[in-house]
Amino acid sequence: MDRLLFLLATGLARGAVFALFALSLVLIWRAARIVNFAQGAMAVTAAYVAFAVTALTGSYWVGLASGLAAAALLGLAVERGVMRFASHASPLSGVIIAIGLVMVLQSLLGMLAGQTVRPMAAPFDESPIVVGGVPILSPYDAFVLVVALAVMAGLALLFGRTSLGLQLRAAAFAPEVSRLLGVRAARMTTIGWMLSAAVAALAALLLIPTELGLNPHSTDVLFVYAFAVAVVGGLDSPAGALVGGLVVGVAMSLVTGYLGATVAPIAVLVLLVGVLLVRPGGIFSAREARTA
Amino acid sequence: MDATPRSAAHAAAPAPSPDAAATPPPSAPPTAPAHPTPRLAVDGLTVAFGGLTALDDVGFAVEAGQILALIGPNGAGKTTAFNAVCGLVRPKSGRILLDGAPAPARPSLLRDHGVARTLQGLGLFDGLSVLDHVRLPQPQPRGRAAGERARAELERHGLGDLADRPVQTLPYPERKRVALARALVADPRLLLLDEPAGGLGEDDIDALGRTVREVAAGGCAVLLVEHHVDFVLGLADRVVVLDFGRVIAAGSPEAIRGDAAVEAAYLGLQASA
Repeated sequence: MDRLLFLLATGLARGAVFALFALSLVLIWRAARIVNFAQGAMAVTAAYVAFAVTALTGSYWVGLASGLAAAALLGLAVERGVMRFASHASPLSGVIIAIGLVMVLQSLLGMLAGQTVRPMAAPFDESPIVVGGVPILSPYDAFVLVVALAVMAGLALLFGRTSLGLQLRAAAFAPEVSRLLGVRAARMTTIGWMLSAAVAALAALLLIPTELGLNPHSTDVLFVYAFAVAVVGGLDSPAGALVGGLVVGVAMSLVTGYLGATVAPIAVLVLLVGVLLVRPGGIFSAREARTA
Repeated sequence: MDATPRSAAHAAAPAPSPDAAATPPPSAPPTAPAHPTPRLAVDGLTVAFGGLTALDDVGFAVEAGQILALIGPNGAGKTTAFNAVCGLVRPKSGRILLDGAPAPARPSLLRDHGVARTLQGLGLFDGLSVLDHVRLPQPQPRGRAAGERARAELERHGLGDLADRPVQTLPYPERKRVALARALVADPRLLLLDEPAGGLGEDDIDALGRTVREVAAGGCAVLLVEHHVDFVLGLADRVVVLDFGRVIAAGSPEAIRGDAAVEAAYLGLQASA
Protein backbone atom coordinates (compact mmCIF):
# COMPACT_ATOMS: atom_id res chain seq x y z
CA MET A 1 0.00 0.00 0.00
CA ASP A 2 2.82 2.38 0.94
CA ARG A 3 4.55 1.48 -2.26
CA LEU A 4 1.38 2.06 -4.29
CA LEU A 5 0.93 5.54 -2.81
CA PHE A 6 4.52 6.48 -3.60
CA LEU A 7 4.27 5.15 -7.14
CA LEU A 8 1.00 7.01 -7.73
CA ALA A 9 2.43 10.30 -6.46
CA THR A 10 5.63 10.14 -8.50
CA GLY A 11 3.60 8.89 -11.46
CA LEU A 12 1.39 11.95 -11.26
CA ALA A 13 4.39 14.29 -11.16
CA ARG A 14 5.95 12.56 -14.14
CA GLY A 15 2.61 12.39 -15.92
CA ALA A 16 2.14 16.14 -15.47
CA VAL A 17 5.41 16.67 -17.38
CA PHE A 18 4.33 14.28 -20.14
CA ALA A 19 1.04 16.17 -20.28
CA LEU A 20 2.88 19.47 -20.56
CA PHE A 21 5.08 18.24 -23.38
CA ALA A 22 2.10 16.62 -25.12
CA LEU A 23 0.23 19.91 -24.74
CA SER A 24 3.05 21.66 -26.57
CA LEU A 25 2.56 19.23 -29.47
CA VAL A 26 -1.19 19.91 -29.39
CA LEU A 27 -0.49 23.67 -29.49
CA ILE A 28 1.55 23.39 -32.67
CA TRP A 29 -0.84 20.92 -34.22
CA ARG A 30 -3.72 23.31 -33.66
CA ALA A 31 -1.82 26.38 -34.81
CA ALA A 32 -0.10 24.96 -37.87
CA ARG A 33 -1.43 21.43 -38.48
CA ILE A 34 2.11 20.10 -38.12
CA VAL A 35 3.23 17.28 -35.83
CA ASN A 36 6.51 18.76 -34.73
CA PHE A 37 8.92 15.87 -34.49
CA ALA A 38 11.67 18.40 -33.71
CA GLN A 39 9.99 19.43 -30.47
CA GLY A 40 12.33 17.28 -28.36
CA ALA A 41 15.49 18.46 -30.11
CA MET A 42 14.38 22.09 -29.79
CA ALA A 43 13.65 21.56 -26.10
CA VAL A 44 17.05 19.99 -25.39
CA THR A 45 18.77 22.83 -27.23
CA ALA A 46 17.00 25.26 -24.90
CA ALA A 47 18.01 23.06 -21.96
CA TYR A 48 21.67 23.46 -22.95
CA VAL A 49 21.19 27.23 -22.90
CA ALA A 50 19.67 26.94 -19.43
CA PHE A 51 22.55 24.72 -18.31
CA ALA A 52 25.16 27.15 -19.63
CA VAL A 53 23.50 30.17 -18.05
CA THR A 54 23.11 28.36 -14.72
CA ALA A 55 26.79 27.40 -14.83
CA LEU A 56 27.68 31.01 -15.55
CA THR A 57 25.45 32.75 -13.02
CA GLY A 58 25.11 30.02 -10.40
CA SER A 59 21.35 30.52 -10.37
CA TYR A 60 18.94 27.77 -11.39
CA TRP A 61 16.17 30.34 -11.89
CA VAL A 62 18.10 32.63 -14.22
CA GLY A 63 19.05 29.53 -16.19
CA LEU A 64 15.44 28.39 -16.34
CA ALA A 65 14.25 31.79 -17.57
CA SER A 66 17.01 31.95 -20.19
CA GLY A 67 16.17 28.44 -21.36
CA LEU A 68 12.50 29.34 -21.83
CA ALA A 69 13.41 32.55 -23.67
CA ALA A 70 15.84 30.64 -25.89
CA ALA A 71 13.13 28.09 -26.65
CA ALA A 72 10.67 30.80 -27.66
CA LEU A 73 13.29 32.37 -29.94
CA LEU A 74 14.07 28.97 -31.41
CA GLY A 75 10.36 28.46 -32.03
CA LEU A 76 10.27 31.80 -33.82
CA ALA A 77 13.32 30.94 -35.92
CA VAL A 78 12.04 27.48 -36.84
CA GLU A 79 8.60 28.79 -37.83
CA ARG A 80 9.79 31.81 -39.76
CA GLY A 81 12.90 30.15 -41.14
CA VAL A 82 11.74 26.74 -42.28
CA MET A 83 8.29 25.57 -41.25
CA ARG A 84 6.49 28.43 -42.97
CA PHE A 85 7.71 26.96 -46.23
CA ALA A 86 6.36 23.49 -45.53
CA SER A 87 3.77 22.45 -48.09
CA HIS A 88 0.23 22.45 -46.78
CA ALA A 89 -0.78 19.92 -49.39
CA SER A 90 0.76 17.02 -47.49
CA PRO A 91 1.42 16.62 -43.75
CA LEU A 92 4.56 14.70 -44.68
CA SER A 93 6.36 17.89 -45.70
CA GLY A 94 6.35 19.30 -42.16
CA VAL A 95 7.33 15.92 -40.71
CA ILE A 96 10.35 15.58 -43.00
CA ILE A 97 11.49 19.13 -42.27
CA ALA A 98 11.14 18.43 -38.55
CA ILE A 99 13.20 15.25 -38.75
CA GLY A 100 15.87 17.20 -40.64
CA LEU A 101 15.83 19.77 -37.86
CA VAL A 102 16.30 17.03 -35.25
CA MET A 103 19.46 15.87 -37.01
CA VAL A 104 20.82 19.37 -37.43
CA LEU A 105 20.16 20.43 -33.83
CA GLN A 106 21.43 17.22 -32.24
CA SER A 107 24.59 17.21 -34.38
CA LEU A 108 25.27 20.84 -33.52
CA LEU A 109 24.81 20.11 -29.82
CA GLY A 110 27.07 17.08 -30.12
CA MET A 111 29.79 19.19 -31.75
CA LEU A 112 29.48 22.09 -29.32
CA ALA A 113 28.84 20.28 -26.04
CA GLY A 114 29.81 16.65 -26.64
CA GLN A 115 27.81 13.49 -26.09
CA THR A 116 28.53 13.03 -22.39
CA VAL A 117 25.62 13.18 -20.01
CA ARG A 118 25.90 16.23 -17.77
CA PRO A 119 24.23 16.19 -14.41
CA MET A 120 21.87 19.06 -13.85
CA ALA A 121 21.11 20.01 -10.26
CA ALA A 122 17.51 20.28 -9.12
CA PRO A 123 16.59 23.41 -7.17
CA PHE A 124 14.91 21.36 -4.43
CA ASP A 125 15.57 18.22 -2.47
CA GLU A 126 14.96 15.05 -4.44
CA SER A 127 14.47 12.62 -1.57
CA PRO A 128 10.86 11.86 -0.72
CA ILE A 129 9.13 13.43 2.24
CA VAL A 130 8.04 10.74 4.67
CA VAL A 131 4.57 11.21 6.14
CA GLY A 132 3.71 8.82 8.97
CA GLY A 133 6.37 6.35 7.85
CA VAL A 134 5.13 6.43 4.25
CA PRO A 135 7.36 8.07 1.62
CA ILE A 136 5.12 10.25 -0.57
CA LEU A 137 6.76 12.75 -2.88
CA SER A 138 10.04 14.62 -2.98
CA PRO A 139 9.91 18.42 -2.69
CA TYR A 140 11.25 18.58 -6.23
CA ASP A 141 8.50 16.31 -7.56
CA ALA A 142 5.96 18.48 -5.77
CA PHE A 143 7.51 21.53 -7.45
CA VAL A 144 7.30 19.79 -10.85
CA LEU A 145 3.67 18.87 -10.31
CA VAL A 146 2.69 22.38 -9.20
CA VAL A 147 4.55 24.12 -12.03
CA ALA A 148 3.18 21.79 -14.69
CA LEU A 149 -0.40 22.14 -13.47
CA ALA A 150 -0.06 25.92 -13.06
CA VAL A 151 1.27 26.33 -16.60
CA MET A 152 -1.54 24.22 -17.98
CA ALA A 153 -4.09 26.26 -16.05
CA GLY A 154 -2.43 29.43 -17.35
CA LEU A 155 -2.68 28.17 -20.92
CA ALA A 156 -6.34 27.30 -20.41
CA LEU A 157 -6.94 30.86 -19.21
CA LEU A 158 -4.95 32.32 -22.09
CA PHE A 159 -6.89 30.40 -24.73
CA GLY A 160 -10.27 30.56 -23.04
CA ARG A 161 -10.39 34.05 -21.58
CA THR A 162 -8.13 36.45 -23.42
CA SER A 163 -8.35 38.30 -26.69
CA LEU A 164 -4.97 36.89 -27.75
CA GLY A 165 -6.20 33.37 -27.06
CA LEU A 166 -9.33 34.00 -29.09
CA GLN A 167 -7.23 35.25 -31.99
CA LEU A 168 -4.90 32.24 -31.72
CA ARG A 169 -7.87 29.87 -31.89
CA ALA A 170 -9.56 31.72 -34.74
CA ALA A 171 -6.36 31.96 -36.79
CA ALA A 172 -5.75 28.24 -36.31
CA PHE A 173 -9.32 27.37 -37.30
CA ALA A 174 -9.68 29.58 -40.40
CA PRO A 175 -6.73 31.83 -41.22
CA GLU A 176 -8.34 33.50 -44.26
CA VAL A 177 -11.53 34.49 -42.46
CA SER A 178 -9.50 35.64 -39.45
CA ARG A 179 -7.48 37.96 -41.65
CA LEU A 180 -10.65 39.64 -42.88
CA LEU A 181 -11.49 40.25 -39.23
CA GLY A 182 -8.22 42.04 -38.68
CA VAL A 183 -6.43 39.13 -37.03
CA ARG A 184 -2.75 38.92 -38.00
CA ALA A 185 -3.01 35.22 -38.76
CA ALA A 186 0.66 34.70 -39.67
CA ARG A 187 1.72 36.40 -36.44
CA MET A 188 -0.65 34.15 -34.51
CA THR A 189 0.99 31.05 -36.02
CA THR A 190 4.38 32.38 -34.97
CA ILE A 191 3.15 33.09 -31.44
CA GLY A 192 1.73 29.56 -31.32
CA TRP A 193 5.16 28.14 -32.19
CA MET A 194 6.96 30.31 -29.65
CA LEU A 195 4.51 29.38 -26.91
CA SER A 196 4.69 25.72 -27.80
CA ALA A 197 8.49 25.63 -27.90
CA ALA A 198 8.70 27.33 -24.50
CA VAL A 199 6.20 24.89 -22.96
CA ALA A 200 8.13 21.92 -24.35
CA ALA A 201 11.42 23.33 -23.04
CA LEU A 202 9.87 23.79 -19.61
CA ALA A 203 8.73 20.16 -19.60
CA ALA A 204 12.21 19.01 -20.58
CA LEU A 205 13.88 21.23 -17.98
CA LEU A 206 11.60 19.86 -15.27
CA LEU A 207 12.46 16.25 -16.07
CA ILE A 208 16.18 16.57 -16.86
CA PRO A 209 17.51 16.85 -13.27
CA THR A 210 15.74 13.72 -12.01
CA GLU A 211 15.12 11.51 -15.01
CA LEU A 212 16.73 12.40 -18.25
CA GLY A 213 20.11 13.95 -17.55
CA LEU A 214 21.45 16.34 -20.15
CA ASN A 215 22.90 15.11 -23.42
CA PRO A 216 21.87 15.84 -27.01
CA HIS A 217 19.49 12.88 -27.03
CA SER A 218 18.02 13.17 -23.57
CA THR A 219 14.60 14.37 -24.75
CA ASP A 220 14.14 11.60 -27.32
CA VAL A 221 12.38 9.40 -24.80
CA LEU A 222 10.30 12.28 -23.50
CA PHE A 223 9.20 13.08 -27.03
CA VAL A 224 8.17 9.50 -27.71
CA TYR A 225 6.12 9.31 -24.51
CA ALA A 226 4.57 12.74 -25.03
CA PHE A 227 3.77 11.90 -28.64
CA ALA A 228 2.05 8.75 -27.41
CA VAL A 229 0.16 10.87 -24.89
CA ALA A 230 -0.88 13.40 -27.53
CA VAL A 231 -2.08 10.69 -29.87
CA VAL A 232 -3.85 8.81 -27.08
CA GLY A 233 -5.56 12.00 -25.94
CA GLY A 234 -6.28 13.27 -29.44
CA LEU A 235 -3.89 15.69 -31.15
CA ASP A 236 -6.63 18.28 -31.20
CA SER A 237 -7.51 18.13 -27.54
CA PRO A 238 -5.71 19.96 -24.71
CA ALA A 239 -7.89 18.11 -22.18
CA GLY A 240 -6.84 14.87 -23.82
CA ALA A 241 -3.17 15.81 -23.41
CA LEU A 242 -3.68 16.45 -19.69
CA VAL A 243 -5.63 13.27 -18.97
CA GLY A 244 -3.48 11.19 -21.32
CA GLY A 245 -0.30 12.53 -19.69
CA LEU A 246 -1.44 11.68 -16.20
CA VAL A 247 -2.63 8.22 -17.26
CA VAL A 248 0.64 7.40 -19.03
CA GLY A 249 2.70 8.81 -16.14
CA VAL A 250 0.90 6.79 -13.52
CA ALA A 251 0.85 3.66 -15.70
CA MET A 252 4.59 3.93 -16.28
CA SER A 253 5.26 4.47 -12.60
CA LEU A 254 3.18 1.44 -11.63
CA VAL A 255 4.72 -0.79 -14.30
CA THR A 256 8.21 0.35 -13.31
CA GLY A 257 7.48 -0.26 -9.64
CA TYR A 258 5.87 -3.66 -9.93
CA LEU A 259 7.31 -5.15 -13.13
CA GLY A 260 10.62 -3.35 -13.61
CA ALA A 261 11.91 -0.32 -15.44
CA THR A 262 12.59 -2.15 -18.70
CA VAL A 263 8.93 -3.05 -19.14
CA ALA A 264 7.67 0.56 -18.84
CA PRO A 265 8.45 1.76 -22.39
CA ILE A 266 6.83 -1.37 -23.78
CA ALA A 267 3.72 -0.72 -21.69
CA VAL A 268 3.46 2.80 -23.17
CA LEU A 269 3.73 1.50 -26.71
CA VAL A 270 1.15 -1.22 -26.02
CA LEU A 271 -1.18 1.51 -24.75
CA LEU A 272 -0.52 3.61 -27.87
CA VAL A 273 -1.21 0.73 -30.24
CA GLY A 274 -4.29 -0.29 -28.28
CA VAL A 275 -5.81 3.18 -28.41
CA LEU A 276 -5.03 3.61 -32.08
CA LEU A 277 -6.77 0.33 -32.85
CA VAL A 278 -9.91 1.29 -30.96
CA ARG A 279 -10.04 5.04 -31.56
CA PRO A 280 -7.68 6.13 -34.33
CA GLY A 281 -8.27 9.83 -33.65
CA GLY A 282 -7.51 9.56 -29.95
CA ILE A 283 -9.78 9.25 -26.96
CA PHE A 284 -10.70 12.91 -26.71
CA SER A 285 -10.53 13.85 -30.37
CA ALA A 286 -13.11 16.20 -31.78
CA ARG A 287 -15.23 14.79 -34.56
CA GLU A 288 -13.71 16.95 -37.29
CA ALA A 289 -10.23 15.78 -36.34
CA ARG A 290 -11.20 12.20 -37.03
CA THR A 291 -12.61 12.89 -40.44
CA ALA A 292 -9.78 15.25 -41.40
CA MET B 1 -20.33 54.79 -64.98
CA ASP B 2 -19.54 55.95 -61.51
CA ALA B 3 -22.31 55.97 -58.96
CA THR B 4 -23.34 59.39 -57.73
CA PRO B 5 -24.63 60.27 -54.26
CA ARG B 6 -28.37 59.98 -53.87
CA SER B 7 -28.83 63.30 -52.12
CA ALA B 8 -27.03 66.36 -50.87
CA ALA B 9 -27.56 65.17 -47.32
CA HIS B 10 -24.74 62.68 -47.83
CA ALA B 11 -22.35 65.26 -49.18
CA ALA B 12 -21.22 65.99 -45.62
CA ALA B 13 -17.55 65.42 -44.96
CA PRO B 14 -16.65 61.90 -43.76
CA ALA B 15 -16.13 61.43 -40.04
CA PRO B 16 -12.56 62.07 -38.89
CA SER B 17 -10.48 58.93 -39.09
CA PRO B 18 -6.96 57.81 -38.16
CA ASP B 19 -5.97 57.86 -41.80
CA ALA B 20 -7.60 61.22 -42.45
CA ALA B 21 -4.16 62.68 -43.04
CA ALA B 22 -3.77 60.46 -46.10
CA THR B 23 -7.09 61.62 -47.52
CA PRO B 24 -6.90 64.48 -50.00
CA PRO B 25 -8.91 67.52 -48.94
CA PRO B 26 -12.55 67.39 -50.14
CA SER B 27 -11.91 70.45 -52.29
CA ALA B 28 -9.72 68.47 -54.67
CA PRO B 29 -10.85 64.86 -54.91
CA PRO B 30 -9.23 62.87 -57.69
CA THR B 31 -12.24 61.07 -59.14
CA ALA B 32 -15.43 63.08 -58.76
CA PRO B 33 -14.84 66.83 -58.68
CA ALA B 34 -18.45 67.73 -57.85
CA HIS B 35 -18.65 65.41 -54.82
CA PRO B 36 -16.70 64.60 -51.70
CA THR B 37 -14.24 61.72 -51.93
CA PRO B 38 -16.29 58.51 -52.06
CA ARG B 39 -15.68 56.03 -49.30
CA LEU B 40 -14.93 53.35 -51.87
CA ALA B 41 -13.97 54.12 -55.43
CA VAL B 42 -13.20 51.34 -57.89
CA ASP B 43 -11.78 52.52 -61.17
CA GLY B 44 -10.80 50.52 -64.26
CA LEU B 45 -10.59 47.30 -62.26
CA THR B 46 -9.46 44.30 -64.28
CA VAL B 47 -8.90 40.90 -62.70
CA ALA B 48 -7.77 37.85 -64.63
CA PHE B 49 -7.42 34.26 -63.53
CA GLY B 50 -5.01 32.76 -66.01
CA GLY B 51 -6.62 33.37 -69.39
CA LEU B 52 -10.06 34.10 -67.96
CA THR B 53 -10.91 37.75 -67.44
CA ALA B 54 -13.15 37.79 -64.38
CA LEU B 55 -13.50 41.56 -64.26
CA ASP B 56 -12.93 43.89 -67.19
CA ASP B 57 -12.51 47.62 -66.62
CA VAL B 58 -15.08 47.77 -63.82
CA GLY B 59 -15.75 51.05 -62.06
CA PHE B 60 -18.15 52.15 -59.35
CA ALA B 61 -18.12 54.27 -56.23
CA VAL B 62 -19.96 54.20 -52.91
CA GLU B 63 -20.55 57.32 -50.86
CA ALA B 64 -20.97 57.52 -47.12
CA GLY B 65 -24.55 56.59 -46.23
CA GLN B 66 -25.20 55.05 -49.61
CA ILE B 67 -26.29 51.49 -50.40
CA LEU B 68 -24.87 50.25 -53.67
CA ALA B 69 -25.87 46.82 -54.98
CA LEU B 70 -23.84 44.73 -57.38
CA ILE B 71 -26.06 42.31 -59.24
CA GLY B 72 -25.59 39.97 -62.14
CA PRO B 73 -25.87 36.31 -63.11
CA ASN B 74 -23.70 33.66 -61.52
CA GLY B 75 -20.09 34.07 -62.59
CA ALA B 76 -20.57 37.74 -63.49
CA GLY B 77 -17.71 38.70 -61.17
CA LYS B 78 -19.55 40.08 -58.15
CA THR B 79 -17.67 38.14 -55.52
CA THR B 80 -14.42 38.66 -57.41
CA ALA B 81 -15.02 42.41 -57.12
CA PHE B 82 -15.45 41.94 -53.36
CA ASN B 83 -12.31 39.88 -53.16
CA ALA B 84 -10.35 42.50 -55.05
CA VAL B 85 -11.55 45.21 -52.68
CA CYS B 86 -10.51 42.99 -49.74
CA GLY B 87 -7.07 42.31 -51.15
CA LEU B 88 -7.81 38.60 -51.55
CA VAL B 89 -7.16 38.70 -55.28
CA ARG B 90 -4.61 40.89 -56.97
CA PRO B 91 -6.02 43.05 -59.78
CA LYS B 92 -4.26 43.04 -63.13
CA SER B 93 -4.94 46.76 -63.39
CA GLY B 94 -7.13 49.46 -61.96
CA ARG B 95 -7.41 51.35 -58.73
CA ILE B 96 -9.26 50.68 -55.50
CA LEU B 97 -9.43 53.73 -53.26
CA LEU B 98 -10.73 54.01 -49.73
CA ASP B 99 -11.47 57.62 -48.88
CA GLY B 100 -9.26 58.55 -51.80
CA ALA B 101 -6.24 56.54 -50.65
CA PRO B 102 -5.18 53.17 -52.07
CA ALA B 103 -6.85 50.27 -50.23
CA PRO B 104 -4.49 48.17 -48.11
CA ALA B 105 -3.00 45.22 -49.95
CA ARG B 106 -3.32 42.89 -46.94
CA PRO B 107 -6.79 41.73 -45.84
CA SER B 108 -5.77 41.88 -42.17
CA LEU B 109 -5.44 45.68 -42.41
CA LEU B 110 -8.98 46.25 -43.73
CA ARG B 111 -10.51 46.50 -40.28
CA ASP B 112 -8.02 49.23 -39.38
CA HIS B 113 -9.44 51.14 -42.35
CA GLY B 114 -13.02 50.66 -41.17
CA VAL B 115 -13.88 48.01 -43.76
CA ALA B 116 -15.95 44.99 -42.70
CA ARG B 117 -17.16 42.13 -44.83
CA THR B 118 -19.54 39.20 -44.54
CA LEU B 119 -18.92 36.02 -46.48
CA GLN B 120 -21.22 33.94 -48.63
CA GLY B 121 -20.30 30.85 -46.62
CA LEU B 122 -20.70 32.76 -43.30
CA GLY B 123 -17.16 31.85 -42.21
CA LEU B 124 -18.14 31.26 -38.60
CA PHE B 125 -15.83 29.41 -36.22
CA ASP B 126 -17.28 26.11 -34.99
CA GLY B 127 -16.60 25.73 -31.30
CA LEU B 128 -16.47 29.45 -30.54
CA SER B 129 -19.40 31.05 -28.78
CA VAL B 130 -21.62 33.70 -30.31
CA LEU B 131 -20.03 36.29 -28.01
CA ASP B 132 -16.50 35.18 -29.00
CA HIS B 133 -17.37 35.87 -32.63
CA VAL B 134 -18.29 39.43 -31.89
CA ARG B 135 -15.25 39.88 -29.66
CA LEU B 136 -12.85 38.65 -32.30
CA PRO B 137 -12.63 41.48 -34.88
CA GLN B 138 -9.50 43.56 -34.37
CA PRO B 139 -8.69 46.12 -33.15
CA GLN B 140 -10.68 45.55 -29.95
CA PRO B 141 -11.06 48.20 -27.27
CA ARG B 142 -9.08 47.44 -24.11
CA GLY B 143 -10.51 45.86 -20.99
CA ARG B 144 -14.18 45.91 -20.10
CA ALA B 145 -15.22 48.06 -23.07
CA ALA B 146 -14.67 45.15 -25.49
CA GLY B 147 -17.20 42.95 -23.74
CA GLU B 148 -19.74 45.75 -23.39
CA ARG B 149 -19.46 46.68 -27.05
CA ALA B 150 -19.87 43.05 -28.10
CA ARG B 151 -22.92 42.53 -25.86
CA ALA B 152 -24.54 45.72 -27.15
CA GLU B 153 -24.04 44.57 -30.74
CA LEU B 154 -25.60 41.17 -29.96
CA GLU B 155 -28.61 42.87 -28.32
CA ARG B 156 -29.08 44.98 -31.43
CA HIS B 157 -29.46 41.81 -33.49
CA GLY B 158 -31.65 40.01 -30.96
CA LEU B 159 -28.82 37.61 -30.11
CA GLY B 160 -28.33 38.66 -26.49
CA ASP B 161 -29.77 35.45 -25.04
CA LEU B 162 -27.63 33.29 -27.30
CA ALA B 163 -24.31 34.95 -26.37
CA ASP B 164 -22.80 31.87 -24.73
CA ARG B 165 -24.07 29.28 -27.19
CA PRO B 166 -21.53 27.55 -29.44
CA VAL B 167 -22.26 29.06 -32.82
CA GLN B 168 -22.65 25.74 -34.64
CA THR B 169 -25.69 24.89 -32.48
CA LEU B 170 -27.73 27.83 -33.80
CA PRO B 171 -30.27 27.64 -36.62
CA TYR B 172 -29.18 29.11 -39.94
CA PRO B 173 -30.95 32.52 -39.72
CA GLU B 174 -29.34 33.14 -36.30
CA ARG B 175 -25.92 32.11 -37.60
CA LYS B 176 -26.41 34.56 -40.41
CA ARG B 177 -27.17 37.29 -37.86
CA VAL B 178 -24.02 36.39 -35.93
CA ALA B 179 -22.01 36.92 -39.10
CA LEU B 180 -23.68 40.32 -39.59
CA ALA B 181 -23.13 41.30 -35.96
CA ARG B 182 -19.48 40.34 -36.29
CA ALA B 183 -19.15 42.62 -39.30
CA LEU B 184 -20.94 45.53 -37.64
CA VAL B 185 -19.38 45.40 -34.17
CA ALA B 186 -16.70 47.98 -34.83
CA ASP B 187 -19.05 50.44 -36.59
CA PRO B 188 -17.40 50.01 -39.98
CA ARG B 189 -17.38 52.90 -42.43
CA LEU B 190 -17.62 50.56 -45.39
CA LEU B 191 -19.67 47.37 -45.16
CA LEU B 192 -19.41 44.66 -47.81
CA LEU B 193 -22.30 42.20 -47.71
CA ASP B 194 -21.95 39.05 -49.80
CA GLU B 195 -25.42 37.58 -50.31
CA PRO B 196 -26.80 38.61 -46.92
CA ALA B 197 -30.34 37.44 -47.75
CA GLY B 198 -29.33 34.03 -49.11
CA GLY B 199 -31.22 31.22 -47.41
CA LEU B 200 -33.35 33.53 -45.27
CA GLY B 201 -37.15 33.62 -45.01
CA GLU B 202 -39.29 36.69 -45.59
CA ASP B 203 -39.34 37.94 -42.00
CA ASP B 204 -35.59 37.60 -41.62
CA ILE B 205 -35.07 39.41 -44.92
CA ASP B 206 -37.27 42.28 -43.75
CA ALA B 207 -35.29 42.53 -40.51
CA LEU B 208 -32.06 42.44 -42.51
CA GLY B 209 -33.31 45.27 -44.74
CA ARG B 210 -34.12 47.39 -41.68
CA THR B 211 -30.69 46.74 -40.19
CA VAL B 212 -28.88 47.64 -43.41
CA ARG B 213 -30.89 50.86 -43.81
CA GLU B 214 -30.13 51.76 -40.21
CA VAL B 215 -26.42 51.15 -40.74
CA ALA B 216 -26.39 53.29 -43.88
CA ALA B 217 -28.36 56.04 -42.14
CA GLY B 218 -25.54 56.10 -39.61
CA GLY B 219 -23.14 57.15 -42.37
CA CYS B 220 -21.71 53.77 -43.34
CA ALA B 221 -21.26 53.04 -47.03
CA VAL B 222 -22.77 49.68 -47.96
CA LEU B 223 -21.79 47.55 -50.92
CA LEU B 224 -24.07 44.60 -51.45
CA VAL B 225 -23.97 41.50 -53.62
CA GLU B 226 -27.28 39.73 -53.73
CA HIS B 227 -29.33 37.39 -55.91
CA HIS B 228 -32.68 38.27 -54.35
CA VAL B 229 -33.70 40.93 -56.86
CA ASP B 230 -36.78 42.30 -55.10
CA PHE B 231 -34.79 42.72 -51.91
CA VAL B 232 -31.98 44.50 -53.75
CA LEU B 233 -34.18 46.82 -55.76
CA GLY B 234 -36.16 47.72 -52.64
CA LEU B 235 -33.06 48.44 -50.59
CA ALA B 236 -30.32 49.88 -52.78
CA ASP B 237 -29.87 53.53 -53.67
CA ARG B 238 -27.97 52.58 -56.75
CA VAL B 239 -27.48 49.36 -58.64
CA VAL B 240 -24.55 48.28 -60.77
CA VAL B 241 -25.19 45.33 -63.06
CA LEU B 242 -22.33 43.05 -64.03
CA ASP B 243 -22.33 40.47 -66.79
CA PHE B 244 -19.29 38.49 -67.86
CA GLY B 245 -17.09 40.79 -65.81
CA ARG B 246 -18.31 44.02 -67.38
CA VAL B 247 -20.61 46.71 -66.10
CA ILE B 248 -23.62 46.58 -68.41
CA ALA B 249 -25.81 49.05 -66.55
CA ALA B 250 -25.76 51.36 -63.55
CA GLY B 251 -28.40 53.59 -62.07
CA SER B 252 -31.31 53.84 -59.70
CA PRO B 253 -33.34 50.67 -58.97
CA GLU B 254 -36.19 52.10 -61.05
CA ALA B 255 -33.93 52.69 -64.04
CA ILE B 256 -32.44 49.20 -63.71
CA ARG B 257 -35.88 47.61 -63.64
CA GLY B 258 -36.64 49.15 -67.03
CA ASP B 259 -33.24 48.49 -68.63
CA ALA B 260 -33.50 46.16 -71.61
CA ALA B 261 -29.90 44.94 -71.40
CA VAL B 262 -30.38 44.01 -67.77
CA GLU B 263 -33.63 42.32 -68.60
CA ALA B 264 -31.91 40.19 -71.19
CA ALA B 265 -28.82 39.39 -69.15
CA TYR B 266 -30.26 38.83 -65.76
CA LEU B 267 -33.71 39.79 -64.61
CA GLY B 268 -35.46 37.63 -67.17
CA LEU B 269 -33.69 34.59 -65.74
CA GLN B 270 -34.86 35.51 -62.26
CA ALA B 271 -38.60 35.36 -63.03
CA SER B 272 -38.92 32.35 -60.77
CA ALA B 273 -36.93 33.86 -57.88
